[in-house]
Parts: sequence; structure tokens; C-alpha cells
Amino acid sequence: MPPRMEKLDMTMVRIRQAVLAALEDEMRSDDSVIVMGEDVAVAGGPFKTSDGLLAEFGPLRVRDTPISEMGFTGAAVGAAAFGLRPVAEIMFMEFLGVALDMVVTEAAKFRYLSGGRFTAPLVVRASIGSGLGFGMQHSQTLENWVTSTPGLVVVEPSDAQTAYGLLRSAIRHNGPVVVLESRALYGVRGELVRGEEGIIPLGQARIVRPGSAVTVVSMGQMVSVAVKAVEQACLDAEVIDLATLAPWDQQTVLDSVAKTGRLVVVEEAPASGGWGSEIVSTVVSRAFGDLKVAPFRITTPDVPVPYTPKLEHQFLPTAEYVGTQISHYLETDRVPDPWWVEEGRLS
Amino acid sequence: MTAITSEQLERRGALSEPAEVYRRMVEIRTFEDQISGLFAQGLIHGTTHTCQGQEALDVALAKVLEPTDAVACTYRGHGIALALGMTPEEVLGEIMGRSTGCVGGLGGSMHLSDPTIGLLPTFAIVGAGIPIATGAAVAFQTRGEKRVAVSVFGDGATNIGGFHEGINLAAVWKLPVVFVIDNNLYGEYSRINTTTLLTDLSVRSQSYGIPGRSVDGMNVDTVSEALAECVERARSGGGPSVLEVRTYRFAGHSRSDEATYRPEGELDSWLKRDPVKIRREALLTSGSLSEVELGAIESEVDTRIAEVVESSKAAPEPGVASMFQNVWAPADEDSR
Repeated sequence: MPPRMEKLDMTMVRIRQAVLAALEDEMRSDDSVIVMGEDVAVAGGPFKTSDGLLAEFGPLRVRDTPISEMGFTGAAVGAAAFGLRPVAEIMFMEFLGVALDMVVTEAAKFRYLSGGRFTAPLVVRASIGSGLGFGMQHSQTLENWVTSTPGLVVVEPSDAQTAYGLLRSAIRHNGPVVVLESRALYGVRGELVRGEEGIIPLGQARIVRPGSAVTVVSMGQMVSVAVKAVEQACLDAEVIDLATLAPWDQQTVLDSVAKTGRLVVVEEAPASGGWGSEIVSTVVSRAFGDLKVAPFRITTPDVPVPYTPKLEHQFLPTAEYVGTQISHYLETDRVPDPWWVEEGRLS
Repeated sequence: MTAITSEQLERRGALSEPAEVYRRMVEIRTFEDQISGLFAQGLIHGTTHTCQGQEALDVALAKVLEPTDAVACTYRGHGIALALGMTPEEVLGEIMGRSTGCVGGLGGSMHLSDPTIGLLPTFAIVGAGIPIATGAAVAFQTRGEKRVAVSVFGDGATNIGGFHEGINLAAVWKLPVVFVIDNNLYGEYSRINTTTLLTDLSVRSQSYGIPGRSVDGMNVDTVSEALAECVERARSGGGPSVLEVRTYRFAGHSRSDEATYRPEGELDSWLKRDPVKIRREALLTSGSLSEVELGAIESEVDTRIAEVVESSKAAPEPGVASMFQNVWAPADEDSR
């Protein structure tokens, strides 16, 4: 956040309230913004991110849908093509699987398929991630379902301000945006600057904590894990919140690596095919000469998300684990094996 | 890409004249008949799906709907695009991958679009247009506009999830949308009786608690009347309905399909009910147009399409720069 914001009126809110605040503010300023999804109207949202919207904006703009993700996501695309700015809520990211065509193959192509004469300014919000015991079909992050589609913007907030600021920008954007919200963060409190000053542009990474020995790139609920990790381990690390995953802010990351010469990506996705591969690949290709040591990724293992609390905790990178891995990297100039290799389970 | 002109709207408006309805049907037939020849000459690549036999529905749609209404149709969309008012130059230019195409040659045969005539990008994913047309109707309803969305799709699409989800959603929200099943008896290469036990596809509307009706699709007046009833219901707040229009696909599924799977004699029996011929006979019988006048229309269309083929052959292909345009929404276009 720019320093001037400290003078503004800031309140401590839960992230779910920041999401609600963004929806309220956009709906108040633009009649074309509507919200639709399962139980978003009467019940106020499964995660209470649309509480009170029905009473203020009425049933035409706040619509409960049948359990029909393909149907209502498609309806959001059609409504967007004809002048609305719909926000469709996908309760759990996994449910987007039955509606992916509407986002990836339809919405993201409308501009290209019409010489720019049809646009699809819709937002698809989906809750992601593990840590709450929802089991393997309700705990994945699945960013890679949506990050390889030109024309589709993907953002992932990490705190109250980014949840608010990125969502407002997403609603204002004249193309489709997928907003991936870490479910485990909904109840976490943080400072919120509300209003125009609190809006965060798409496509810009944030340097959450400056440092000079290593660049740590993270996103979503891993940002606070990374910050806690380097603080606990007293590391001179620059922690970057990527914030927008597609198209991502290469320059901020490259500038940081030019300074530090080392790169670690901390991500919740499984090792194979996770978004961090793209970051590492780009940095290695474009800034090999800046690197003093091989970069590496701290990820979850290539297994479904286990249910029982002890194993789900083991599955997710913790601040202790991330701190140990980065410390090892800095002390030895070698890339440490992930914990599961030491366990002898997977290569 | 051609500039947005009123030519498309003039072509649309012309359909109030009975002679022009016939001219447009002949235009679509002549246009589609040209496609295979252009393939043989190597002037079209990839694939294409022609609509000979379905012209009555194409032109009825354009007659009944306003240009401000929304149409979501399928990859078999040349006829609907021409009927709605897109020029033959724009359609053929797109199919031939030329910069004169409606999308500048980046879309191809399956991807035609033009907001000035209400045509959403034609859908190459079976059934995708059904929820999206429903969404267009959400926009109209939310703003209180008297506009209607129509989704036109084949019999094959009635077995995909989007059909169920889109129609059910439209029913629950009582949206101004009409779902038109263009039942040409074949979903790709499979005959309808092998993919559903129903013979009357409009009964599916009962599953969603909305009206449904099946009509002959070979007579443009029959289709227009039935469609007008559905559109009027939607426009006046009566909600969605399903209309099954029974047509026949005279050609195969796509250009590589010779449709050898059809029962012997089936094509011949349907050719006797050719919608273009039925329209011609009706105009002659009613005395609206003479044999000479009809012949003149046919000859003029032949000449026009031949000119379009030549001008499209001469049209430039899009430059490399065009493939990088219109991918992302630019930040300066965002609201506020």
C-alpha cells in the first residue's frame, strides 16, 4: 500500500467482509453489476460474502440460482455480452469443472471472435484451497485450469485489502476475470481502506516485505505463510505477492531477482504443473545471468488433499517448513528436497 | 473486416417483402452450394458445416426478430448469418480466412458474429449457446427492456447438460428467451432415434414447466408463425418456450461427410419437401410472383454470389499483427 493510505480511515475487517464491501461498492456505483450463484441471495452466500445484497439491490440484481454451474456461468457470459457486469459465484473451485467451457472456451474468446465488438466483462469468483477439512473434492486450488487461456485474467487475493481492491478492479475490467479466494482466509481479519483509494490494479505484483538475499514469490494463503516463515527464521527475504496470476507481473519478479539472485516460489498447488513452474521457467529463461543459485518451488505433494487434520496440516506448507527450506537454501546454496522425499514416499 | 454499415440492417429490413424472403432463401442455398466447390479448389481449409434444407428456419428467424434481439446459433450458421443481414462478402470472407470476413478471417466457418444484427459469436461447442442466450435474456430482463434472446441449436444439443441447465434457469427466472430446436434428424453422424427415445423433442419443455411445440420446418410461413408466437410470449413477459422445427440436413455433417449412413430413400423423400421449392411454389400459386420474376431473382442471386466468390478470392489475408489484437481487454477500456 502507498504510505498515504495510512492517513485514511482504516478498519479491521474479515476478508469475507472485504469481499462483500467490494460487491456493495461496485453495485452502488454501477447498476449493471449483478450477482448470481447458489444461495447468494436469500442466504447471503455460503461464506456470507453477499450478506444483505438482496435487501439492498433486489432480486433482479442478486439472483439465487439452481445448482447449475454451467447454466448460470453461461448466463453470466450472455448477460456480460449484452451490457451487464455479472459476478458469478462458484462455491468451491471444483464446481467450475462442469462450467469451464463457459469461461475458457466462450467468455475468453468473445472479444477475439468478434473483432472486439462483443466483450465479456464478467467475474467468476471461486473459493479455493485446503486447511478446513472439506476433503479432497472441496480443497484444491486448481489455478492451472484457468491460467493457460489468453484473454482470461486470473487474480488471487491474499488479505482483506487485496480481496477488496482486486475484486473491484475485476468487476470494472472489460473482459473476463477469475477471482480465486482462499477459503481458509475468509475469517481472517485485516486492515481495509475502502473506496477508490482501496482499489488495486490488475496485473501488478506487490512487494509485501522488502529484502535482498532471496526473492520469495507467493500467492493466496501462502503469502502470510511466507512472510511468517522468513520473519521467524530472520531471513533477509523479499516476499512478493503475485496477486494477479494471469497475466502476471514479470517485471516486478525479474527486478527482485536481479537484486537477490535467488528465487523461491511458495505455492499451495501440487508440485506437478503448478503455477510456480511458469514463474521459475520465465526467470530462468529471461534472467539466468542474475541467478546465483538454482531457483526452486515449495509446493504441496502430488497427492489428493487428505482429510484428517494431522495429514491435511502435513500437506500444506507451514511457516516452519518454508522457513527451514529457505534457510537451507541460503546456507548451502543448494536446493533442498521436499519433505516427502525425506519421508521416502515420492520422488 | 468491413466497416459497420447499415447494409446489414438494410438486408434485414428487406425481408418484409415476400420476394426478398425468397431471394434470401435462394441466396443461402446458392451460397452453401458454392462451398464444396471452393474446398475442391483449395480455397477453404479446415472444415465447414452447411445448412441446405434448413433455409426456412434461418429466414423465419430474421423475419420475426428485431435486430436488437439476440441470436445464439451453432457452427452450422452461414444461413442464419446471411438471413440476419450479414453480407455474403463477410460470410465467405470469413470462411476463406480473408480480412473481409466478419471477424477479419480469425474465426473461420464456425465463428461468425455481428452485434449490429444481434448475432453472438456462433457456437462451435454443442449446446453452449443455450445458457448464454439465457444470459442475454437476463440482461434484457434486468434492465426492463422488451428485447428477446433466441437460442437455435440442433437435435443433438438436446442431450447435453447445457440444454437442461439453460432452459431450467430460464424457466425459473421467467426470462424472455426462446429455445429453437432445429431438428434435422442427425447429431453429427448419428440419427436421432439412436440418441434419444423421444420422437417429439418439444415435449422436453414439460420437464421445465414451460410451453413447447413442434412444427414443420420446411415451410417458411409455418415456421414464422410458430416462432412469432413464442417471441411474442417472451417479449410480453410470458417467459420462455421451446419450439421444435423439423428440418432435414440435405448435406452431410461436415464437408468430409458424405452421409452414407442415411437410410435409402430418406434424402429423396425430404428433397421433395425442399423449403426453397415450397416457397417458390407458394409464390407462384398465390400469384405473388411470376415464373419470369422468380427466374430473375434466381439469376440475380447466381450473379451476386459469383461476384462474391471472385471478390473474396481477391481479398487480402489478414496480416500477422491482427492475430495479436482483441485477445485481452485493454485497461483503458475498463469502466470509470
